[in-house]
Amino acid sequence: MKKELGIFVLLVLVCAAIGIKDPGYLAGANLQNQLRLIGLYGIFSIGMGLVIITGGIDLSVGSLFALQGVLLSMMLRDWHWAWPAAVLAVIVGTMVLGAGHGFLITRVRLQPFIVTLCGLLIYRGAARFVANDEAKGFGTGGYGMLRDLATGSVLGVPMPFLLLVGVAVVMWVVLHRSVYGRYLFAVGRNEEAARYSGINSRRIIASAYVVSAALTGVSGILIAFYTNSISPSGHGSFFELYGIAAAVLGGCSLRGGEGSVLGIVIGTAVLQMIQNLVNLLGIESSLNFAVMGAVILMGVLVDQILVHRRKNRPAKT
Amino acid sequence: MAPALLELQQISKRFPGVVALDDVSLSVACGEVVGLIGENGAGKSTLMNVLGGVLQADAGTIRFGGRPVAIGSVAEAIALGIGFIHQELNVLDNLDAAGNVFLGREPVWCGPLRLINRRAIFSRAETYLARLGLDIAGSTPLGDLSLAHQQMVEIAKALSQDAKLIIMDEPTSSLTLSETDRLLATVRDLRSQGVSVIFISHRLAEVAQCADRVVVLRDGRNAGNLSRDEINHQAMVRLMVGRDLQDWYVHGAGRVQPGYFQVRGLRTRAHPRSEVSFDVGRGEVLGLAGLVGAGRSEVAQAIFGVDPPVAGEVLLDGRPVRIRHARDAINAGIYLVPEDRRKTGLITEMTVRENVTLPGLWRYTVAGWIRRAKETAAAAAQCEALRVKTPSTETQVLNLSGGTQQKVVLAKWLALAPKVLIFDEPTRGIDVGAKAEIYRLMRDLAAAGVAIVMISSDMEEVLGVSDRVAVMHEGSVTGILERAACTEEAIMHLAVGAGEGRAVR
Repeated sequence: MKKELGIFVLLVLVCAAIGIKDPGYLAGANLQNQLRLIGLYGIFSIGMGLVIITGGIDLSVGSLFALQGVLLSMMLRDWHWAWPAAVLAVIVGTMVLGAGHGFLITRVRLQPFIVTLCGLLIYRGAARFVANDEAKGFGTGGYGMLRDLATGSVLGVPMPFLLLVGVAVVMWVVLHRSVYGRYLFAVGRNEEAARYSGINSRRIIASAYVVSAALTGVSGILIAFYTNSISPSGHGSFFELYGIAAAVLGGCSLRGGEGSVLGIVIGTAVLQMIQNLVNLLGIESSLNFAVMGAVILMGVLVDQILVHRRKNRPAKT
Repeated sequence: MAPALLELQQISKRFPGVVALDDVSLSVACGEVVGLIGENGAGKSTLMNVLGGVLQADAGTIRFGGRPVAIGSVAEAIALGIGFIHQELNVLDNLDAAGNVFLGREPVWCGPLRLINRRAIFSRAETYLARLGLDIAGSTPLGDLSLAHQQMVEIAKALSQDAKLIIMDEPTSSLTLSETDRLLATVRDLRSQGVSVIFISHRLAEVAQCADRVVVLRDGRNAGNLSRDEINHQAMVRLMVGRDLQDWYVHGAGRVQPGYFQVRGLRTRAHPRSEVSFDVGRGEVLGLAGLVGAGRSEVAQAIFGVDPPVAGEVLLDGRPVRIRHARDAINAGIYLVPEDRRKTGLITEMTVRENVTLPGLWRYTVAGWIRRAKETAAAAAQCEALRVKTPSTETQVLNLSGGTQQKVVLAKWLALAPKVLIFDEPTRGIDVGAKAEIYRLMRDLAAAGVAIVMISSDMEEVLGVSDRVAVMHEGSVTGILERAACTEEAIMHLAVGAGEGRAVR
């Protein structure tokens, strides 16, 4: 809980700074838009967190978004599939790719970084090839329900944010209250000891990539409809890094075995708000990434110092 | 006799709770090969680490080359001319042979650019390798060499540092028979070149072959010396063992149901050509003795399914149990308390509660959802029953003492009603009080009808706790001793492979 508290304080500080700078900023349509973005990013960041908790990483997310977007557009507009079929195909297809990653990582014993780095390159190439390197989209009308999920609101609350809340609640239960979640943490902390307790660690790790892929699939569809224009060479670039950053800010350790759903969601929000703050303060938008990087570095540094202090205290007594 | 090169006088070294060395003295003459033997934990490694600069003695003096010296670090030991060949090789297999020999002391040229002088490094390395009778090019990648040759490269490194004394700690433990012969010949060569050697080995036959003198340690003290003509198997074993047993051990009534747990023709991946068979009755404690590296832990890991057996079968109460994964063993009620509790026994960053309930988590769930209250109650009940000294069930295991951690490991399995419990070095690194408690627990479990296998390198413990003792040597069981026949001599005899008819002088 301490970790979530720390990142929550950071979120409050950033929001307060925004509020002081421009009291009307966090209201109305702009607030809605922020919540929508948090929803879009948060869903796949939770999946990323799951993988990171097992001690792995997934670099292929952004390229997967491009491939998903391109294929979804083609299924709906060129091949005239019914939208539920297209949605199902995208999600199941992504899960199959995730299972492939899991297989290579747990059975062939390749490093997660390498496997998903190759995924990043392959899926980006595939997306550009399938789309003939042309931008794809969904036009201005139709696909009512699907479009609503990405761009609509219920009682003023954007749908993606509501979806994130739903996903977060489900994943919170899975991660923090279910046997499966406990096994994820155990395997991430000490795979060997988990094996000695009768846990099939390979299956657990592989399954994390599949679950993460499912969330990536859902996110991918929403993001495709949100942007409504998918350029296969640029769509989704760097998104995996947003996910990793949100997870790490939210208390996940790249060593594995640490992290929480609440932390990841707050981490996503912090990242989003920092970008706003950068705009409001009139900092050159070209410095956007640099500011974000600096903030993450600070957050991780402060955390490291606190952890170090806590460890040294019992040693002295 | 040649003048003494090294004299260790009244060396003492204490670790928290243990006296590792107590007034130990040892001298080595120039060009002398001294065999250093003793049981596991007799203090051989500690003594050599003091000599090699890894540890500092609490008391005692060291004289080297006639002058008193203080060896404060490994670098100082090397500077004096003491080379240390560790049991685990310290080589970099991504470099070539010459690069290993001169690591940190590479001949350089081009002034401040400090480029490696390739011609010099290769030719100089080859000179030292040739002194060991080895025709290896200095440019050979180390990874291409056999283990035996990699070891030779380490010896060459010591020679290149002008070593007058080379310590070899269990140098033959991973060598084949012919490689061992080659190494023993090298030791003789070194002696003829005037280099002294301290040769540590569990294999008494080798010691008898190469040593000019044997020094025996027991319980951190000098147990005796044997001169060249006194060296024989019997004499060495007699000096290694022989002490009064302490009386905290309790024996039970013995087997209630013989043959309850049977292991038949088990082959492990580490020793695929050796078969292991034994059986344990309900209520019985079978000690599994042997020297380090005899393959005992591998047998335990095979039975428990973390490193499934290559062949063989395991029967519980007459029914075969198929074991391909730890889950299979756990479902059958066969549990392992592993050797390394921090690495494999526990997830130390997790809480006592999470560790205790991990293997049987489904018992505290409804439809995959963990009932926290039920889980906490179960963990608390186990802690209570075993008197685990923890502030609460929410304490991280890494904050507990070794003995308490071991009880947490036990609590994991006792919550699941064990039928067979395998202990691998159950009291390693545990203080005396906690030891007695572990023995009592073991006895209580046996009395409750559990079949217990206890792997231990502590001879006193093996004799004190076991109802019968199976002894292993190089992957096979060399003998099973009934209670009445269990003596330290008998066990040591089987453990050094004499029972197999291995050549012993």
